[in-house]
Amino acid sequence: MAYETLRLALLAILRNSLRSFLTILGIVIGVAAVIAMVTIGSGSAKQVTNDVSTLGSSLLMVRPGKLERGPGRGGGASAPSFDLRDVEAITRQIKGLEAVAPVAQGSANIVSGSQNYSTTVFGVDDGYFIARDLKIAEGRSFLESETHLGSSVCVLGETVRSKLFGRGDPLGATIRLKQVSCKVIGLLVPKGASGFGSDQDDVVLMPLRAFQRRLAGNRDVGAMYITVGDSVTTAKAKADLEALLRERRRIGPNDEDNFSVSDMKEIASMLTGISNVLTGLLSALAAVSLLVGGIGIMNIMLVSVTERTREIGIRLAIGASAGQVLMQFLVEAVVLSLLGGMIGVVIGLLLALVGTWFLSVPFTIDPATIALAFVFSALVGVAFGFFPARRAANLDPIEALRHQ
Amino acid sequence: MISRPETAASGGPAETEHQPLIRLRDIYKIYGEGEAEVRALQGVSLDIEAGEFVAIMGPSGSGKSTAMNIVGCLDRPTSGSYRFAGAEVGSLNRHQQSLLRRHFLGFVFQGYNLLPRSTALENVELPLIYMGRPPAERRAVAVDMLARVGLAGRERHLPSQLSGGQQQRVAIARAIAGKPDVLLADEPTGNLDSVRGREIMDLLTALNREDGLTVLMVTHDPSMTEFATRTVEFLDGRIASDNQHREAA
Repeated sequence: MAYETLRLALLAILRNSLRSFLTILGIVIGVAAVIAMVTIGSGSAKQVTNDVSTLGSSLLMVRPGKLERGPGRGGGASAPSFDLRDVEAITRQIKGLEAVAPVAQGSANIVSGSQNYSTTVFGVDDGYFIARDLKIAEGRSFLESETHLGSSVCVLGETVRSKLFGRGDPLGATIRLKQVSCKVIGLLVPKGASGFGSDQDDVVLMPLRAFQRRLAGNRDVGAMYITVGDSVTTAKAKADLEALLRERRRIGPNDEDNFSVSDMKEIASMLTGISNVLTGLLSALAAVSLLVGGIGIMNIMLVSVTERTREIGIRLAIGASAGQVLMQFLVEAVVLSLLGGMIGVVIGLLLALVGTWFLSVPFTIDPATIALAFVFSALVGVAFGFFPARRAANLDPIEALRHQ
Repeated sequence: MISRPETAASGGPAETEHQPLIRLRDIYKIYGEGEAEVRALQGVSLDIEAGEFVAIMGPSGSGKSTAMNIVGCLDRPTSGSYRFAGAEVGSLNRHQQSLLRRHFLGFVFQGYNLLPRSTALENVELPLIYMGRPPAERRAVAVDMLARVGLAGRERHLPSQLSGGQQQRVAIARAIAGKPDVLLADEPTGNLDSVRGREIMDLLTALNREDGLTVLMVTHDPSMTEFATRTVEFLDGRIASDNQHREAA
């Protein structure tokens, strides 16, 4: 009997395959959205965790302005920047630090031959390579003399290299950043997108002093990456740093900091927090889509019951009980919605595959999410199929038989 | 799965008395109210014994189809008593009535009422599915039944690929597949020419004589009454005449 009911449901669905497909589209979209969202979301969360673990939790990042918990608001413009004297003071006065890497950044249009491309230029020193775990793929890093003198040399990220040089050899070539000529001495090993989707290879690195003097025209340091050694805890180093910077920036005891010291754990949790909010929002939208899909199924099942009134009458006359007719239509609704769920899972996983590839974050299939998607679509089928099925089961046999 | 209605009945005083298979007493069926009131049946009492072949005659609107639907448990009377094998049908709930139809009654309609997208075999299997018979047994019984009505080899045909007479035979095979006690036929030859109609009547007669199947047939064609053992005539919702012309099988 169970097999018969299932076969009957499948036959009824196949008979109207176009209509059935349109009916389940809502469920397909809802489930696909949830699956894609969750898979991409958990992939980028994993990526953030990976990033943090390669960087080490002993890395501190110092930036001017308060750390705002939200995208695109970091580093308030009103807060004064740091300069190299701050870097020097930190290096000299705070014990237990392994490296202090000052960074300044700005965007610039780069020209090489007939190609031009706009990217972000970082002024850095050797410490930055350690702090950000950057490696040289070809050529070399900056020499100490180049860092010290602020020579006009630069290291390119993979994206910039391919935009400017294509298949050509960039090493030794000269590129122009704004008005400054600069010799390419090295290429970075590609890192792919960060946990938050920005391209980490879309960069040009040059010595900090060169950046300050030739490009920015000031002595500002935008941020500092500080690696804490094993002899002190990160918390202790963080507290010392804050005290020193408050003093140097002449902040009164009751005033708020106009700079922030964050460790990578904090940054990671902020990023995951943001991506969780986004995932939640999109999931809510997906839930609405599932609801609409459910209503679609109810609607089409009601049409189906009306269309098949005579068939129901025949079945009742032959001896089907109300329960058996109810089952027939309920199973049909559940099979419809499960079919929608199944197609949705496949489409969702494909979308996630493409999405994770673009963001270069890991793609992992979470069986629990997929199981949940199936359970949920079956529930939608039961919930929205019950009313039409009951209507079919409660038909009066003689009325149903007379129906044309 | 189901207790026979005899035991389901609450053991009334009539237990020792003779119980006809079908016993209608003072049945009324009234549609609508007030001005629009239609009295389809006005006090019909009728006993039908097991093994009879009863033809129910009468002009349209005489109430013969209404009476048939009430006997078939497809419709409920407004008042009166209907006992099937001693059990009061009016006191059965919806589910019990469906069990009564499933196990004791078979229907043949004027318009055949086959499921158009199912094959002849699937149509005949249908009541057996609702009885919960296993697939292999179901198939065997359905093949048998189709052979019985002369349609061996047509198992895979859809109703649209069969003639009217053949469709009606599929309907008869379906009606008898579950081994019912009573076959209810509502104008079974109404859509057929006289030759096909006669073939259907021969089939019903054979089922009545050879298998002892009780047949209740509504018709407005007087020539069909010759196949019956008894003819009941309806007029204006009442029984106008009741003649037994042959011994029941």
